[in-house]
Amino acid sequence: MRKKFKMPSIGGRTIILNIIKYLLVIIIAVIPLIPVWSMLLWLAVQSFSGRVILGIIPSEVTFKNWRFLWSPIKMGLKEYPNIWPVTLNTLFLALGVTGLVVFVSTLGGYALSRMEFKGRMELMQFIIALHAFPSIILLIALFVILNNLGLYGKGYMTLVGIILIKAGLEIPMATWIIKGFFDAIPWDLEWAALVDGCTRWKAWRTVILPLVLPGIGAISIFSFLSGWSEFLLVFTYVEDEAYYTLPVLIYHMIGEFKFIDWGMLAALGLFFTIPTIIFFSTSQKLLLRIYVGGIKR
Amino acid sequence: MVKVILDNVSKFFGKVKAVVDLNLRIGDGEFVALLGPSGCGKTTTLLMVAGIYKPTRGKILFDDKDVTKLPPRDRNVGMVFQSYALYPHMSVYDNIAFPLRLKKVPRNEIDRKVKQVAKLLRIEELLHRKPSQLSGGQQQRVALGRALVKEPDVLLLDEPLSNLDAKLRVVMRAELKRLQKELKITTIYVTHDQVEAMSMADRIAVMNAGKLQQYAPPTELYNKPANLFVAGFIGAPPMNFIEGLIKEINGEYYFDSEYFKLKLVNEIGEMIASKTSETIMGFRPENAKIILEEKPNTIQGKVYVVEPLGKDIIVNIKIGDMIVKILTRPGAELTPGQNIWLQLDMKKIHFFEKQTGKAII
Repeated sequence: MRKKFKMPSIGGRTIILNIIKYLLVIIIAVIPLIPVWSMLLWLAVQSFSGRVILGIIPSEVTFKNWRFLWSPIKMGLKEYPNIWPVTLNTLFLALGVTGLVVFVSTLGGYALSRMEFKGRMELMQFIIALHAFPSIILLIALFVILNNLGLYGKGYMTLVGIILIKAGLEIPMATWIIKGFFDAIPWDLEWAALVDGCTRWKAWRTVILPLVLPGIGAISIFSFLSGWSEFLLVFTYVEDEAYYTLPVLIYHMIGEFKFIDWGMLAALGLFFTIPTIIFFSTSQKLLLRIYVGGIKR
Repeated sequence: MVKVILDNVSKFFGKVKAVVDLNLRIGDGEFVALLGPSGCGKTTTLLMVAGIYKPTRGKILFDDKDVTKLPPRDRNVGMVFQSYALYPHMSVYDNIAFPLRLKKVPRNEIDRKVKQVAKLLRIEELLHRKPSQLSGGQQQRVALGRALVKEPDVLLLDEPLSNLDAKLRVVMRAELKRLQKELKITTIYVTHDQVEAMSMADRIAVMNAGKLQQYAPPTELYNKPANLFVAGFIGAPPMNFIEGLIKEINGEYYFDSEYFKLKLVNEIGEMIASKTSETIMGFRPENAKIILEEKPNTIQGKVYVVEPLGKDIIVNIKIGDMIVKILTRPGAELTPGQNIWLQLDMKKIHFFEKQTGKAII
């Protein structure tokens, strides 16, 4: 039999068409990233330049703007030895929120996904409604509660109070997200663990939990970011500058200095994003590593 | 190894009655298949034996011990799920070792037992792999290994072969049967495939709509079905059913359908007539002969279509507006529309009460 089909010709025209096609795809994919990356890049350039002409054009290379890493920064009457205590406060807040959110929502999400109890549906609807309240409308009520609990104006305990509030506001959404991950795990797996000799608690820990790691990764990122960048609650409830967090510090850098040190602000801004980037790039792997179950799909 | 006794067990999910008053005695070392269409309650029954579901009513006994209220971990059962339910985040070795680790078996003992089971199931070279890197047949062996490694009193298998391809299924069928006879573990096997059940089990419990239809060895199930459901469910192609009345004319008994009259053996006719007159006659496709000329006491029909199967052929025959299937050896040329006569093997026909569906003979 004669071959009827033609070999695709690798002529010049096809190559050019292909190049145009891919260029178009790349441009479309990259365009949305350009503003974000260019701003970060500008921030980086700015933070290493000595003089800024008209507040936009950088010139002279210097590390002066990063001096907050090793030398004191003055803010109003308070002088910090360097940036680290404030960073530590922020980290404490963010990790505290993350830990609490992950702990409560993995347990809660499992119960909502797997356990039959009266009012389960109502509870789920009620939980999602909780998320509708922005923290700003709760400020006064929360202040009263914090005060009554003795968590107001008590140094680190104030931050603990804020962790509780922040976690409380994040838990509903996180529980919903993680519930979806629990839903996706077949009953068979849990039953197999029970038959193999687990208690329900042990099955949850050894079999179910490792399978929702991607979900835990997701809620960790969300709650870490929301704790790390929390401004309003810290700004309102923390009086003692010793317990300020980075967002509040940055605010004061803009608000209280007559002359805004743009170079330092840029460096500080960049510094503020670093943990976020680190945290995201490490837990992103978790998000991508979705397990494939027993049966081949 | 234990006897398993289900004593009047029922399971309701809200208004849905999944299993109703099930009584089953499974002997020590016996291989019992729970057979039925999907949704008949067979998996529910298995999960009750495993301890995952608690029966709404009734008791489950292992030997003389009441295990109805015991959680799965205290029953010493091994189970293979339809989806295999291997733990995806653990290696094959860890999957098999998991039940032993939970029992706090010493490390070197675990290693020995895992390797022993792996050898038995021929999966030794897969031990370091993850379940997602295995083929369906290999996953099935691992799941079986995990169930066997703890040396269970009862082995529960929930359609373990349904995810395998047809060829592998036939191989695994024989291997499972050999393994069960070798290890002598009391085994309950859930399946909707009657060939699997017939070929492997010592006894088969046929279920439908949550109720036990018949509990008997495969040959008895085939030759003496207790009711219409069992008769129609067991055997492929299925049994042919024809409605009709039993009539007595001058001391002789006839089965009178709309399209033909068949003279019955006297004793049989008398027995049926003493119970009911409205009956359904059933005969298996291999229990009728096709003949090309009219003889007394035969049924006339027309060839409708012929399905060759290689060794045998299935001939569809139209009698009035009914179609029956006959299994026979290829031989005479049969063309659609051709007139033929059916000669039934009168010793192998079944009669059922029309109202209840119960077998009369």
